[in-house]
Amino acid sequence: MTATAEMIVPSFDDEKETDRTLAIICSKGSLDMAYPGLILGNAALGEGVDVHLFFTFWGFDIITKGRMEHLKFSPVGNPAAHMPAALAPLPGMTTMATHMMNKSLEELEIPSVPEFLELIKASGAKIWACRLSADMNHLDESDLFDGLDGIINASDFIELTEGAQLLFI
Amino acid sequence: MATTVINGKEVVVDDEGFMTQYDQWDEDIASALAAAIDVDLTDEHWKVINFLREDFKEKGETPTIRRVSTAGGVDTKKLFQLFPKKPAKKMSYIAGLPKPHGCV
Repeated sequence: MTATAEMIVPSFDDEKETDRTLAIICSKGSLDMAYPGLILGNAALGEGVDVHLFFTFWGFDIITKGRMEHLKFSPVGNPAAHMPAALAPLPGMTTMATHMMNKSLEELEIPSVPEFLELIKASGAKIWACRLSADMNHLDESDLFDGLDGIINASDFIELTEGAQLLFI
Repeated sequence: MATTVINGKEVVVDDEGFMTQYDQWDEDIASALAAAIDVDLTDEHWKVINFLREDFKEKGETPTIRRVSTAGGVDTKKLFQLFPKKPAKKMSYIAGLPKPHGCV
């Protein structure tokens, strides 16, 4: 232990005008693929990083009101589910796996998908929906998460996130 | 680990300057810590700090931003206003607690 008279103040990098931006493209709509983007986005926001999330293709389900609460986790074709491959496609297996995953998440006090969207929105995230996915699913803003910043096309998103670090999930 | 003098009191801190001994903290120290990182403490700040102290005492870990909003009743948007940019770290620093370990 060293004694020092001077007060040690942590550097919160406030003086550094960070222009760090993280762009996260969420393209998958299964429960296990919805969380990584939300968790990483949330962590980045807590570190003062600007975060843009773009929901596209299957990832569109994450922000679709009628679907966001019912995302599923399937052990089929997923060796990381630690289940014999022949059992995974049996009826009821997806329901069971989904139930178990939701239970583990709940035990760890991880918010549900809709709540998580509210959380990152309140933390300052920009949430974008993909124009093509909206058209393919015949959905408009009224069908999507209330905190949505807009429905934009891929070029708009690329333009918006110029210089950003990018995650494709 | 090192000791440092905050507000005339000798306290133990980690390498970054976060206090490590729960009982060494008091409200005057909190004011000094807040001043050091340019946070002006208001009643709303105190509500958060007091919740952090109580929750840590009960649970043994620093509550995350989400827990402060669900269990402590101060919403996320407000936390970002009170402790700009890095609320989780700043609020625990002022409350004399370690940084939260939880991801969410």
